[in-house]
Parts: sequence; structure tokens; C-alpha cells
Amino acid sequence: MGIEEKLLPNGVLLTTVEKLVNWSRKASFWPATFGLACCAIEMMATGAARYDLARFGMEVFRASPRQADLMIVAGRVSQKMAPVLRQIYDQMPDPKWVLSMGVCASSGGMFNNYAIVQGVDHVVPVDMYLPGCPPRPEMLIDAILKLHEKVMAEPLGDRRAKTVAQREADGKGPIVQPGAMPSSYRYDKARRAEWEKAVAEGTEEQLRIANWMQREVAR
Amino acid sequence: MGVVGMAKGFGVTFSHMFKKVVTTEYPEKPDATAPRYHGRHILNRHPDGLEKCIGCELCAWACPADAIYVEGGDNAEGARFSPGERYASVYQINYARCIFCGLCIEACPTRSLTMSNEYELARDDRKDLIFTKEQLLAPLLPGMEQPPHPMRLGESEKDYYLSGPTNPGVSVGAEGR
Repeated sequence: MGIEEKLLPNGVLLTTVEKLVNWSRKASFWPATFGLACCAIEMMATGAARYDLARFGMEVFRASPRQADLMIVAGRVSQKMAPVLRQIYDQMPDPKWVLSMGVCASSGGMFNNYAIVQGVDHVVPVDMYLPGCPPRPEMLIDAILKLHEKVMAEPLGDRRAKTVAQREADGKGPIVQPGAMPSSYRYDKARRAEWEKAVAEGTEEQLRIANWMQREVAR
Repeated sequence: MGVVGMAKGFGVTFSHMFKKVVTTEYPEKPDATAPRYHGRHILNRHPDGLEKCIGCELCAWACPADAIYVEGGDNAEGARFSPGERYASVYQINYARCIFCGLCIEACPTRSLTMSNEYELARDDRKDLIFTKEQLLAPLLPGMEQPPHPMRLGESEKDYYLSGPTNPGVSVGAEGR
């Protein structure tokens, strides 16, 4: 993806190096500002004191794409904005990720008309879709943490990617795909085990509703 | 700017050492949402496990973002999913379109569709954001039976609806608040 493929020969990499590289990437995301509509307000709130994105090493929103590696597309992308968006994306150095924030960026949302691009993935490759109109700051943090998990699972180099793909084809892959578990479950050991069990049975959404109902009754 | 001015400025900063921290600890300890926060939907069940949804498509018609897709089916004598004539054979909500406005909840005549406070919905694939009926249906509580099965609580759907206010089954978030 980035410089490591040119520096290091394929195959002699240790997974520890992969972990270190991925960790340093995920722990210092530098987002490019791409606030286009109301979602940007929530994005700013996420960066401010109450939700504090700095806890995850990414408080600085860069105005220059050359210094950024995560583009948070926050808001509806009009047809006229699409080429600008693509240019900003092209100017960002590899490795880079795109988070499509809100339903308008993800699919056009309620604006199913000629003026709005029906999903920002028509223009740039998207790594994480975040629904909500607009998503609350917790939802954005959740999406970023899921993206962190995906970055951590990214293989380093071609050979390693093949090994990982082979392992998955043999059915030895992870039970929960990276980036699929809600963060409040992933950051709690007991709930995490609960979720993994539910995914194996295919009832994770029922588990989520059941847990929520329990909390609701207790409240 | 003299020493006094600087001391004043740093004093403001330093005083925050003794103030309560406002930052949330989201992934570890999520704050409770507002009680009526619009989160992901739930398709509720009657106390015997039958689905409340009758496949009328009013939610789909009310939806301003065209996020809901419903296909109705007829309840047969041997395969009953809801009291009455019809049930939803296909029910999908596209969370890549849904704006969580709650108009579908207002439109629902049987209190079948309600909202939870769950919001952690981000996925890396658009097709994972389309929730099907299996994902939306409420879990079976103790005493409930997996449909299809005959009506246990009365002769007709009327009995279900008349006993609804006192015996609602799964409808957390809809009743009692």
C-alpha cells in the first residue's frame, strides 16, 4: 500500500513488524477536513472537549490533504463537489482511508435527486460507512474505532495478504470480521465474548436488542 | 503583557486541574442516551411470539428517504406468523438511507415498529447496512414461541389488539413512557 512494499522484500516480514506498522498507523490518524453539511457540526463536536478525538490520537484536522491520511466525508456530496473530492483524495499520500459519514455521503440518503451523488463510493473507495442523519459523536467514534480494527488487520505486503486470504479460505479466519463489532462490545471483555458467541450462532442483532431491553427495564 | 497577565492566563488553565472532567469515556463506559433517542428499529412481537407486523406497508409509505421495503404475505392456516390475515414476508430497512426521523413509528398502526437507543451501526460494506427481518425482529422472551404457530391468545386478531394495552408483549420503548 505504502512505502513498506518498496523497502522490504516480500515474505521475510514478521507479523510483529506488521503489528507495529499497523499500530502506528491506526494510533495517529490525521483526518483531512471535508465537512460538507450538517454532519460536519457533529464532526467538530467529536473533536471538541466532550468527546475528544485526541483520546485516539487524531485531534488535528489537517486543512492540507498532503498531511492527512483519513478523509471523513461529512455531508452530502453534490455533483459539482465530486471532482473536488476526488482531487483532495488523490492529493493525500498513501496509505489513506475514507470514512463516509452520514447517510447522504453513504448512499445519497433522503436526497435521491439529480444534484447529489448517490453515495461517495461512486467517486472514491470507502473503508467505513457510517449511517445516521447526522450521526451522533459516539457513532463517529465507533466508526473510527472500527476502522482502527480494520487497519490493525491489514496485511503487510503481497505474500502476507495471500497467507491471510488462504487462512480465511480454510475457515481459520476470525469469527467476527474486523470492523463489524460495535465498539462498546469490543472494549468490554465479557460483552465481547458474548458478541462472538452470538455471531457464531448468527443472532448478534437479537443479542443487541435483548441487552438494550434489559438496560431499558432497569432504568 | 507582564508577569501578572501571564499568571492570570495560566491560572485559568491550572484551575481546570480541580474541575470535573467533561470528556466521556465512550467505548468503555458509554453514556446513556436520551430516553427517546431515535436508534435502530425493532419489530415487536405479541406475548405469544407472533409478529405484530401485518405487512401493511404504511411505514414504507411514510418514509421520506424510501429506506423501508415491505412485501406482504397471506397467513395460511398451517403457517401463521401474525394474528389476522397478513404478515410481512419480506421486511428490510436500509440504514444507508434511513434518517431516523421516526415517521415510520408514527405510521405503524399495530405498534409493531419501534425504535431502540442502539446506534453503533457503522459497517464497511453497504450491503451489511440493509437489515433484514431476521435482524430487526425482537428476540423471543420467555413464554414466547417461534412462529409459525396458531393464535394462542384469542379467536381473532381483535382479542390481540384489545388486550394490547395491558399485555403488550415486546414493545420496550413504546409503552410506559
